[in-house]
Amino acid sequence: MKVLVPVKRVVDYNVKVRVKSDGTGVDIANVKMSMNPFDEIAIEEAVRLKEAGTATEVIAVSAGLAGCQETLRTAMAIGADRGILIETDAELQPLAVAKLLKALVDKEQPKLVVLGKQAIDDDANQTGQMLAALLGWPQATFASKVMIAGDKATVTREVDGGLETLEMSLPAIITTDLRLNEPRYATLPNIMKAKKKPLDTVTPDALGVDVAPRLKTLKVAEPAKRQAGVKVADVADLIAKLKNEAKVI
Amino acid sequence: MAILVIAEHDNASLQPATLNAVSAAVKIGGDIHVLVAGSGCGAAAEAAAKVAGVAKVKVADAAHYADQTAENIAALVIANAAGYSHVIAPATTGGKNFMPRVAALLDVAQISDIVGVESADTFVRPIYAGNVLATVQSADAVKVITVRTTAFEAAAEGGSAAVETVAAAADSGQTKLVGRELTKSARPELTAAKIIVSGGRGVGNSENYHALLEPLADKLGAALGASRAAVDAGFVPNDYQVGQTGKIVAPQLYVAVGISGAIQHLAGMKDSKVIVAINKDPEAPIFQVADYGLVADLFEVVPQLTAAL
Ligand SMILES: Cc1cc2nc3c(=O)[nH]c(=O)nc-3n(C[C@H](O)[C@H](O)[C@H](O)COP(=O)(O)OP(=O)(O)OC[C@H]3O[C@@H](n4cnc5c(N)ncnc54)[C@H](O)[C@@H]3O)c2cc1C
Ligand SMILES: Nc1ncnc2c1ncn2[C@@H]1O[C@H](COP(=O)(O)O)[C@@H](O)[C@H]1O
Repeated sequence: MKVLVPVKRVVDYNVKVRVKSDGTGVDIANVKMSMNPFDEIAIEEAVRLKEAGTATEVIAVSAGLAGCQETLRTAMAIGADRGILIETDAELQPLAVAKLLKALVDKEQPKLVVLGKQAIDDDANQTGQMLAALLGWPQATFASKVMIAGDKATVTREVDGGLETLEMSLPAIITTDLRLNEPRYATLPNIMKAKKKPLDTVTPDALGVDVAPRLKTLKVAEPAKRQAGVKVADVADLIAKLKNEAKVI
Repeated sequence: MAILVIAEHDNASLQPATLNAVSAAVKIGGDIHVLVAGSGCGAAAEAAAKVAGVAKVKVADAAHYADQTAENIAALVIANAAGYSHVIAPATTGGKNFMPRVAALLDVAQISDIVGVESADTFVRPIYAGNVLATVQSADAVKVITVRTTAFEAAAEGGSAAVETVAAAADSGQTKLVGRELTKSARPELTAAKIIVSGGRGVGNSENYHALLEPLADKLGAALGASRAAVDAGFVPNDYQVGQTGKIVAPQLYVAVGISGAIQHLAGMKDSKVIVAINKDPEAPIFQVADYGLVADLFEVVPQLTAAL
């Protein structure tokens, strides 16, 4: 079975972004870009399925600017077999990404699509669920454990109250949570090998998808800064402050 | 204009998150209807009818809504969506699971995790782990929205809405719940607690976490939370995690013990009214948001604090 893994290129999670002075957007020129951390987990899971003999091919897909090629090479260094870049300089919102991915699923016919649960830039947490709806497939989001046996997937999900386990038949959508696995480091030989793996490029037009954004960002701003408070001398001082000044205990 | 709020409930009662979602709907303005999908959920529907501001409650009671699977809930919402300008759910793991399906089936964008309502089509939402607030306007006919519960007061009681039964949609049968491991605790629920005691990697291990933080939480009547590092290391279950990708909390008092204050953690707690940090590293970023910082060894001062309260 083929497994498709969408990977998004995002501002690295260690970077604290700044808002442009005119409030029109976030300044991402010259900041470090990386693969969305949840997508690294998704690639790792797919590669493990291949190593276990469950998957036959792992295809990484990224939609966006030409720079996404780098993200696809990273995915291939972890172990994806090939990459597909859906190249566009249009602003892509989750519904548009889901439609692009649906077009690729129709073409590639994977049995499983593993996505991150959320991109750490837009914090949308939508694309996997939207893709499942467009395909009419079952979904298991926020996965912390995945087992595939034959045509069935058994997935443990992280939910507000704890954990729940779902069973669904393939084809299906899974989105990853942080504890699903720990992605391996790409070794130098694998990084070199990844450079030779096939990477195809398509466009939204060629896939017949209208990616026009539905949401317009009117402005962006930094939230009110929290003022650092004071250092207290000891426990007695802390309790006095909480009782008399903050009045919260 | 009419707004459909999808209730989160356990059949017997409404989850408080529903009340925050109703408040967001009140801010948008219009007739507010609540959809309760469940199995034997009459009591939850009655509770929804008593929420101030709710004009009508629609109940779909069927066995295949017992487990709240995304496929079935989304199909039911779609079957009942006609005539509504907005469909709203709390941004809990439940709402996050089925609402994007609803949006895609309606061919509209979803506006995730709103913290503010500017007008009927314009909303404020955090991006980049809450380091940026974006004001976004939707051009879609129907606005599908999830609500960050900490940003809206809970709606009060005082309503007397009519309760009406709606037909269940067909059972998709696509997913089957085979197990649930819910964390049982006599403590207040994390997202609704007034005081939270939260532990990080600095606490060292699971035994320490329980031996040190539970007595403190008991004294304060607090809920217990944790950083991702503490959860990954197995000190506590996943549902304790506070942060960008865990729970968003805003209690009156948040006590961070042995937590460094990574942006992903701050994203989940920086709207707390009062923050206390206990950390032995005076340079820890948590002190930049703490109202009261105690630079000390937690193993020394946490027992002192518990004893002195
Ligand atoms: C995609 C992504 C999502 C994430 N989501 C989340 C999230 O939702 N929530 C979250 O919390 N994190 C999240 N993280 C992880 C985050 O980046 C940090 O790694 C994590 O918050 C660190 O946890 P910590 O503060 O407990 O551990 P550390 O950073 O290791 O800090 C431990 C602290 O304890 C202090 N300490 C040690 N011993 C003592 C002692 N004896 N007395 C007093 N102080 C002591 C140390 O000085 C240190 O400051 C995410 C990361 C990624 C990449
Ligand atoms: N531009 C993109 N290219 C590839 N995958 C994407 C893109 N945007 C979103 N995704 C996938 O969808 C997941 C959820 O993203 P989001 O819904 O934006 O939070 C990500 O973790 C990726 O797996």
